[in-house]
Amino acid sequence: MHVITRREALTLAGAALAASAAARQAAAQIPAAEASLNLPVESGATLRILRPARFVEPDEVLFRENTARFQQQTGVQVRVDFVGWEDIRAQTAVTANTGSGPDVVLGWAEDPHIFVDKLVELTDVAEYLGKRYGGWKFLGEKFGKRNGTNNWIGIPFGGTSGPVVYRESAVREAGYSGIPTEHDKFLDLCRKLRAANKPAGFTLGNAVGDGNGYANWLVWSHGGFLVDEAGKVAINSKQTVEALKYAAELQKTFPPGTLSWSDVSNNRAYAANECFLTQNGVSLYFALKNDPATAAIAADTNHAPMPAGLVGSAPQSALTINAMLFRHSRFPNAAKAYLAFMMEREQYDPWLQKCLGYWAHPLNAYDRSAVWNSDPKLAVFKDSMNNRFWNGWKGPINQAAAAATAEYVMVQMCAAVASGQQTPEAAAREADRRARRYYRGT
Amino acid sequence: MSATATAAWKNVRQEPSWLVRLFDWKPLLVFLCLLPAVGLLLVFLTYPLGLGIWLAFTDTMIGRGGSWVGLENFEYLAEDPVFWNAVFYSVFYTAVATVGKFALGLWLALLLNQHLPFKSLIRAIVLLPWITPTVLSAIAFWWIYDPQFSIVSYIVVDVLGLRTTYFDFLGSAWPARYSLIAANIWRGIPFVAICLLAGLQTISPSLYEAALLDGATAWQRFTQITVPLLMPILAIVMTFSIIFTFTDFQLVYAITRGGPVNSTHLMATLAFQRGIPGGQLAEGAAIAVAMIPFLVFATLFTYFGMARRKWQQGEGND
Repeated sequence: MHVITRREALTLAGAALAASAAARQAAAQIPAAEASLNLPVESGATLRILRPARFVEPDEVLFRENTARFQQQTGVQVRVDFVGWEDIRAQTAVTANTGSGPDVVLGWAEDPHIFVDKLVELTDVAEYLGKRYGGWKFLGEKFGKRNGTNNWIGIPFGGTSGPVVYRESAVREAGYSGIPTEHDKFLDLCRKLRAANKPAGFTLGNAVGDGNGYANWLVWSHGGFLVDEAGKVAINSKQTVEALKYAAELQKTFPPGTLSWSDVSNNRAYAANECFLTQNGVSLYFALKNDPATAAIAADTNHAPMPAGLVGSAPQSALTINAMLFRHSRFPNAAKAYLAFMMEREQYDPWLQKCLGYWAHPLNAYDRSAVWNSDPKLAVFKDSMNNRFWNGWKGPINQAAAAATAEYVMVQMCAAVASGQQTPEAAAREADRRARRYYRGT
Repeated sequence: MSATATAAWKNVRQEPSWLVRLFDWKPLLVFLCLLPAVGLLLVFLTYPLGLGIWLAFTDTMIGRGGSWVGLENFEYLAEDPVFWNAVFYSVFYTAVATVGKFALGLWLALLLNQHLPFKSLIRAIVLLPWITPTVLSAIAFWWIYDPQFSIVSYIVVDVLGLRTTYFDFLGSAWPARYSLIAANIWRGIPFVAICLLAGLQTISPSLYEAALLDGATAWQRFTQITVPLLMPILAIVMTFSIIFTFTDFQLVYAITRGGPVNSTHLMATLAFQRGIPGGQLAEGAAIAVAMIPFLVFATLFTYFGMARRKWQQGEGND
């Protein structure tokens, strides 16, 4: 916890000006249209912000710097607290239920949809930002708007997707110039990698990010889905069974132990030359690049979208942080002004750059950010927020979708088949039974 | 002069005020002295326990209050294979780990009861696994069981060349279950050993001397003197050990999170998983409430099975 005092804010801002001057200058190249947002900030306003802990260090540094700039320009005292990723939903729930605590929470994508009754509508801020910065990307709109309406309840700050991370030399050795988009060719690639003793490896353990990313890809790329548009459970389908049969085949090409891999296991195996193709966010690449011992691996690494399979576009979602403003806030205008301020190019672009694209932008104008030209291997992350999928696709974004994800319904269905514990048909039935439980009220 | 002084002195004594008398009244003192303890128990034990039981009969979710649904949560759990798997593994985990801990712990206690050089130092070292924070030792075991970087695999495969492939400790159900039990036994031995050692030291050496003079063998001395006299403390330690093991959480959550495919979920980890990350607060509470009968049964079993024997009251064994 850290309370920013006015004096600290000034020194911080001074340091920020020096340290990120270059990044802030580069922000000028982001196109911005004329738009106005009239929010008279309440006098004597103070704000408390809660957000998930940083993933890369500049995330926190720049976030605090930008907050300090807001404080300097408006005189509003802002305190930002960072909490662990696994705790933030519980803390958001307490905030919502007790009607006290932080004014603004940057939670996960589904969270504003879960606590929608306790939130202030943010349509003015979102429409202002959309107008000024070339419109929202698909997932920005999807996660920001209340289901089936044009009312915004969240301001998505950015998202990170999990494309294929692979060793170019190994894939070339297997006779491919890139990652194929068809299922059978991708399986063939993995088999050849296995034969060359440079195996691919995907997580099917209870891993929040990587496990769900892989399991969702398996099902979505075969045309399966957890629930239909109306939120009716539809996982027990022919497509799902096909996906599970494919998962069992693919599993044979992995090194042993992927069923117990956590979110960090594939990173470790990749960095130790035990795994040559996996699925991960940008963090793996940057960890490799910044460590002299693994720089050679980074030089040989590239990214590609997950194979599209039968659905046309890469069947991936993005882990998104989504800001919401609670009704109990005594200074809603100050809070809205803060959200808009943080998304303005002078603040947002340096943050985006220094985070190395980890939280990819939800507003189209930031396609022009210098970060996407800084390293051609990052290009694949630029459109993270334009992915057409979300947890609980094709259904509404709600508590049930969040619960089914947290309960690893998809991951465990795939793992049960990949480990040979269940037939594809039985696993799909079991997933159906479990999903019905979470979707029972909707 | 002295006569008047004596008379005056006698008259000085006054009746104590009602307040003084009130505070001299024993029942009130007892009540006041108990108040802090009772208050703490009510606020931090009775209330959460009561709330947990109440929640188990509602459909509360995180972020949304619930209403009374009666036994609906339990009805769902009764046909949920994941729940029954957690019940099975909780019982299996507790049973196997307790047997392992007591066999090895008793053995260790007997060894430590001998006259050894650096006796105190060794006893202190033995406690180390127990005083290490559970999460730290869990992370150490997580590395030991890692599919790619396990030290065990490294020694067996790369150094000794006894196998050609690495062990996959946590990748399938039964190896993962036994791996977790081994970690729990490693952590639990010191507690059992030190408690039993304390018990062993209360046994009078004269009993052993008398047995020796009567020509008893070492085994006879163990079964006829050590075991019966150790039984009271054994019962207490076992009760505690069973409760700690059955409600274990950190080890499993840090190493496998209940995986692969829910095969290593204990009731405690499943309750947390459903209740907090899964948001189904009521269902998590129902799983936690379902642990209570098992714990009551285990406690009564050790209590009546071992602690109420007549020899404890100085009579013969029945």
